[in-house]
Amino acid sequence: MRFWLKIFSRPWIWSYLGALLVWLAAIAFTHGYGAGGMLTAGLALAVFSVITGVAQMFVITLGPGNVDLSLPANIGLASAVAMKVMDGSDKMIAAGLVAALFSGVGIGIGNYLLIWLLRIPPIIATLSASFIIQSAGISYGRGLQIKPPPGFAEFTSAQLAGIPLLAIGTAIFTAGIGILLHRTIYGRSVLAIGQNTRAAWLSGIPVERIRCATYVLSGALGGICGALLAGYFRGSSLEIGDEYLLNSIAVVVIGGTSVSGGRANVPGLWGAALFLVLLLTMLNTFGVSAGIRFVVTGLVIIGVIIAAGGQKAAR
Amino acid sequence: MTSVPGASAVRIPWATGQTPRRFLRAALPAISLALVILGIAWLNQRAISYFGLNLMLNLGIPVALATIAQMFVITVNDLDLSIGTFVSFVGCVAATWLRDAPLLGVAVLLAGVGVYALIGAVIYLRNVPSIVVTLGMLFVWQGLAILLLPKPGGKPPDWLHGLMNFRTPYVPFPIIAGIVIAVLVHIGLMRTSYGAILRGSGGNPNAIARAGWSLLKTKIIMYALAGIFGVLSGLALIGLTTSADANIGKGYTLLSIAGVILGGGEFVGGRVSPIGAVIGALTLTLAGSLLNFMRVSPDWQVGAQGAILIIVLAARALINRTDGRAS
Repeated sequence: MRFWLKIFSRPWIWSYLGALLVWLAAIAFTHGYGAGGMLTAGLALAVFSVITGVAQMFVITLGPGNVDLSLPANIGLASAVAMKVMDGSDKMIAAGLVAALFSGVGIGIGNYLLIWLLRIPPIIATLSASFIIQSAGISYGRGLQIKPPPGFAEFTSAQLAGIPLLAIGTAIFTAGIGILLHRTIYGRSVLAIGQNTRAAWLSGIPVERIRCATYVLSGALGGICGALLAGYFRGSSLEIGDEYLLNSIAVVVIGGTSVSGGRANVPGLWGAALFLVLLLTMLNTFGVSAGIRFVVTGLVIIGVIIAAGGQKAAR
Repeated sequence: MTSVPGASAVRIPWATGQTPRRFLRAALPAISLALVILGIAWLNQRAISYFGLNLMLNLGIPVALATIAQMFVITVNDLDLSIGTFVSFVGCVAATWLRDAPLLGVAVLLAGVGVYALIGAVIYLRNVPSIVVTLGMLFVWQGLAILLLPKPGGKPPDWLHGLMNFRTPYVPFPIIAGIVIAVLVHIGLMRTSYGAILRGSGGNPNAIARAGWSLLKTKIIMYALAGIFGVLSGLALIGLTTSADANIGKGYTLLSIAGVILGGGEFVGGRVSPIGAVIGALTLTLAGSLLNFMRVSPDWQVGAQGAILIIVLAARALINRTDGRAS
């Protein structure tokens, strides 16, 4: 009994229950047909939400007003950069990934410089940066129709006993992120800054350096995600990252991370990502139109945040 | 943000003898608009004519209205990510129901404003971040717009089309419309006593609450106003174009935020400027024309808007810093 109480007091458990529920609803509709396939496809797509979710989670945990709006533009540009550097050749896969990573890191540094130099809220800084990145992406990726190298495309959709390889890799990665967040000085500093920036600063945490590192981390993850997406969807496109602005924020919120900062939740990211992907799968099997799909997704996000409620401002 | 709760208390700029710099700050939006107009005039003199201005500024009206809508939400320290898809939704309603069944159309648009008021109430009562709630609404409006108009089409009501293509003598209609919008909102928000309460509920909510005003009411009013101006923006947009589609207002969310900031609005603390917001919206609209005249590739149009935003913010940061007060 106590065990169950403990389990259900965790904020992230609800996202997994939600995911399970929509999955069951979907297979009940198909009378069990395609149950495994749905999970495999769900896991594969959830990977990208989780990676962008991790990026957004660190940024949001820094405290109110911190959010990275440049992720979609970042992903679009990085996908183009990766494909251009790889140029369809298996030998260049590593080089392409590094190039995408650098593109993302550069964007992260740019974001932080704007925040720091202009002293503007991160929302505005990453927003203006995303305008420029978007244009850079359009200009750079014009007419770019490069297919990913066969080896890379294969890797992004490879499966191990029905589980996508990428999902296994990302699971290990998120375990590492959990350690980074809770067991390292960097992670603890992020949490401390989110709880009370001034107290964190007074206790000697290098606030600005940590903030810089966090925006760079977010940029880097966006870059990697762009390269992987281009491999998975067999080619880069500027719109490839569009859905991940909302998706990354939604995954963070549904996963039980506090939107006012200072409390992050890594396992919840997976539950929330699976929930959102399987929700769409369920609606697709029901055969509803795109309009209904949008409305339901929106209402779910609002419902979750209202149920979770906000923190009362500490006074 | 390095600020902590309590640090965002009201500053009293005029009490410290910084009038020239304060003036410079207030004039920044007008200066940027003048620079853009000068640039256009220099590159193509014929553009600065009744006809040219009409053409270039036409689409500035819906952008200005959406920017005012966003400004109301920013005044109470929130952000509306859904205004773009709301404008799309209004456009779709205007091009279908408002034409074929005016009563139903009006009722739906009023319901839209009601939903906005409800969102304001929910955000206040549950103390949830506006970004997430309006993010959800973004999907909802988008979905409703697609349901209403799966394929581009529809037609604006004739009266709306006529109104938006009205030719005023001497001064182009968009300029007059811009001035009317700016002055009306300025009087309402900046010059009335309840306007001060509304702004105060963003600047120092505790003080307003202790003075006995309902923060719930101010939040609802500001969101309802945002809804009303969102409706006006969608109607204006549909009156200018000949048909609607479900993505017609897609860029408006970012444009409206950029417009408010460009116009001198602060992100927190209830410091906004309706006149500045309209000027900011027009500047962003004209920037597109300027880039066309400069033969900048359309690829860089969006980037240039971002660059303008950054330059203006940099100029503002510079003015603030010479003031010796960190923001």
